Amino acid sequence: MSQISAPSRPRVTSAGKVGSEANQRAPRNWKPFLLLVPAFLIVSLFFLAPLVDVFIRSITDPRLGLQNYVWLFTTETNITVTVRTFGTALLVTVVCVLLAYPYAYLMTIVGDRTRNLLQLFVMLPLWTSILVRTLAWMVLLQDTGPINGFLETAFGIGPLPLIRSTFGVALAMSQVLLPFMVLPLYSAMSKIDKRLLPAASNLGARPITAFFTVYLPLSRPGIFAGSITVFILGLGFYIIPSLLGSSKEIMISALMYQQISVFLMWGQGTALGIFLLAATVLILVVVGRLSKGASMFPGVEK
Amino acid sequence: MLRRVLGAIAILIIAWLVLPTLVIIPMSFNSASSFNFPPKGFSLRWYENFFTDASWLRALGASLQVAIVTMIVATTVGVMASIGLSKVRFRGKALLENFFLTPLIVPGIVIAVGLYSLFLRFNLLGTLPGFVLAHTVVALPLVIINVMASLQGVDPRLEEASASLGAGRLQTFFSITLPLIMPGVTAGALFAFVTSFDEIILSLFIQSPQLQTLPVKIYYSVTQTNDPTVAAVAVIAMFTSVIIMLSAQFASRKRKSVSA
Amino acid sequence: MTSNEIAGTAPSPDQILRELNLDTQAISTINHAGISLRNVTKRYGEKAVVDDIDLIVEPGEFMTFLGPSGSGKTTTLNMIAGFASVTEGLLHIYGKPVAKVPAHKRDIGMVFQNYALFPHMTVAENIAYPLKRRKIPKDRQRTMVKDVLDMVRMGDYGNRSPAELSGGQQQRVALARALVYSPRVLLMDEPLGALDKKLREWLQAEIKRIHREVGSTFVYVTHDQEEALSMSDRIAVFNNGKIEQVGSSVELYERPNTLFVGRFLGESTVLIGKRAGSVDGGTTVDVAGHQISVPGDRVGDDLAVLIRPENIVLYQEGYRPDSASFQSVDVRVLGVTYLGSGWRYEVLLPDGSSGTVRVSHSSESFAEGSKATMVWHVESGVLLQDSGELGESTT
Repeated sequence: MSQISAPSRPRVTSAGKVGSEANQRAPRNWKPFLLLVPAFLIVSLFFLAPLVDVFIRSITDPRLGLQNYVWLFTTETNITVTVRTFGTALLVTVVCVLLAYPYAYLMTIVGDRTRNLLQLFVMLPLWTSILVRTLAWMVLLQDTGPINGFLETAFGIGPLPLIRSTFGVALAMSQVLLPFMVLPLYSAMSKIDKRLLPAASNLGARPITAFFTVYLPLSRPGIFAGSITVFILGLGFYIIPSLLGSSKEIMISALMYQQISVFLMWGQGTALGIFLLAATVLILVVVGRLSKGASMFPGVEK
Repeated sequence: MLRRVLGAIAILIIAWLVLPTLVIIPMSFNSASSFNFPPKGFSLRWYENFFTDASWLRALGASLQVAIVTMIVATTVGVMASIGLSKVRFRGKALLENFFLTPLIVPGIVIAVGLYSLFLRFNLLGTLPGFVLAHTVVALPLVIINVMASLQGVDPRLEEASASLGAGRLQTFFSITLPLIMPGVTAGALFAFVTSFDEIILSLFIQSPQLQTLPVKIYYSVTQTNDPTVAAVAVIAMFTSVIIMLSAQFASRKRKSVSA
Repeated sequence: MTSNEIAGTAPSPDQILRELNLDTQAISTINHAGISLRNVTKRYGEKAVVDDIDLIVEPGEFMTFLGPSGSGKTTTLNMIAGFASVTEGLLHIYGKPVAKVPAHKRDIGMVFQNYALFPHMTVAENIAYPLKRRKIPKDRQRTMVKDVLDMVRMGDYGNRSPAELSGGQQQRVALARALVYSPRVLLMDEPLGALDKKLREWLQAEIKRIHREVGSTFVYVTHDQEEALSMSDRIAVFNNGKIEQVGSSVELYERPNTLFVGRFLGESTVLIGKRAGSVDGGTTVDVAGHQISVPGDRVGDDLAVLIRPENIVLYQEGYRPDSASFQSVDVRVLGVTYLGSGWRYEVLLPDGSSGTVRVSHSSESFAEGSKATMVWHVESGVLLQDSGELGESTT
């Protein structure tokens, strides 16, 4: 019956085969969604669920209620720790902006080879674990370490509290976080038209004025992006403060650890965690709004 | 003039970034049993210690095992997710993409406490699956970032061309898409390995005496025993990550030149 | 016959077609066509990008889809290729229903505008790719690759990487890759769009030659009407998701069915007017007071008369032809262009629009701003319905 179909070619299938092929699945577009399932499950179960768990514990442990948050906001130590944590993160952010700005600017005015080298050097420390780098700072900053030794023999002072102090923590944190400031800054600066600065000087602006009125505002997206990243990463640091900081001058993350591991106060520890998380999200949302277009994630360019 | 000043500043910054970490190298050859710098004499005793101490070797073995499995899981899942994200169109897709990336910016200590609480209930503390799943959460974003960047350089018409030439979806993926995004996949996989190999905060919370990774052991050694062997371990760990990251860098360079 | 036994309980395609109340004639047409589209619609959300089209492409035919961008021609091609699903309607390739067959099982060849060569494979590997998918033995693959490379005159380039080739060379490789497995249908989506004019004209001739050599059904998408006119056996003119007319180049140029087709293909002078009456075998149209006779008739009172510029002659103002077989209107010359082979005049027509006249050297010349009379043979006027649409030529 349907043998009258196509002119005969070797690959033309018989009519019966055609009938069964017509029943085959059509090309549908829900299939790619299946590819997202494993990632979604893993991130949901081992990232989102733990965070939800932390939140639930913070309002149910030891009993249902907001007592942990009341404790969080009314205990004087917590306020001191919070202020210290935010203060340290802010200090580190400022240090990073001040150091990264000239560095990133230099990257925009040198040749390709030098730029790649500058980029390599700023990435290099990222490839070593924070733990190893902290260890090295411990060796250098300890009371009997080379820096204090030098200060002692040269100036007869010391030992200075380089370690077990906010100074040591900020020093090491800035070193670890600097790349997160340099990269977005460079990315923003490389988009600025190089002829703008001479143009501004031609219009009679002094170089300093030209910098502050033209270049700095144009590089602001980079400053915003880098600062958010550095600040929120700084808020959550645990290893550096716990190894280089003083046990009397702890930060939120260490306080959290203490509450849970030492005092077994799950409710209070998790409340601190939620507070830290909320602060992170809030900063991302608020500052992220101000710096539209810049990516929140280190290494992701939009 | 400005260039000179900036150059000098840059050199100082590079020195501050790189040199302090390097003190760990002479420390690892110290013949004295202390962390005092400069080291006194030269010896390989801390390396010898490391390679003869079963507990250190066990930690190294655990770290390598966790890092390799994490690399495989995170890369597989991450490549699938990236391909999926590049194919689907729906509202909230950006949200989903951000969801996969958020573990990068949420304070590690908060995830760590949550995982600890969760693993405690499901008996996953100090287990290989526990470590792998926890590390995958933080390694996945790096895989996705790298693979997505690679995928952007792939012309979607190539897949249609492959289909028109008679290749099914899987054949097209393995003979066209995968080879083209390979540099990004390689870079992502290496990032995943190093992330897991160096991971410390989550590991501190989910470890148990049965399974301790190298960073956990280093941390306890530093805070509790003050054993100078740790300097030798640190050097070994440092070189492992640096070499792998250099390869990743190389792979992603290739990625850029392919897409250019 | 035995086909139903082989298929078991699955209904044969003819049974399916009969259930759709198609008569034997229609079923036979579908079964004998190279490509058959029947009431095919493609909707994205509410919007119909392709709106209920019918088209039969004969086996071995060179069919061109011509239309402005967004007219639905590429979407129709993508449906045939299997890259876009068919929302409604029947799509058959060589009598086989393919609407639900995935792209890789349709056994068609496709050539893309941006070539879509696999950058990580050599030219020869690119061409062997479809052969590998078909599990053809290695040595046979080699001879097939060589033969097809010779056919597109790229015999020496097998070991090159696509990145080392020029645009025209890449397109010939893409053509070879789509032809090497002798698909019954070859689809081409603006394959020459990215190339310069000279190379394009040469490759047009090459594609025509290859079409004659392989004898497959070619479907060629373009928005370039010259390309369509010079290459195709037949052209389907797309507009707003519909096919306005299907026909040979000559048919479409000389006897357009709609004002859109007339204006889209080639240059034209169009007089817009109202029905004034009928003469035997023809119609009289009132164009701003001029009574114009045109052969044939059309529905409605809003009419248009289309004349090709080469069929018009310009005379001194006030000239009236003494034979009823010539028509004339008074015009004013707006612009003059020297073409080498003659002159091209832009003229203001009595209805207020502008028209084009092309004359050869021997004719009288007119200066810009001068008045003239435009004369043409009554048979070269084409009567069309005035759709009110302002068609624009792409040239």
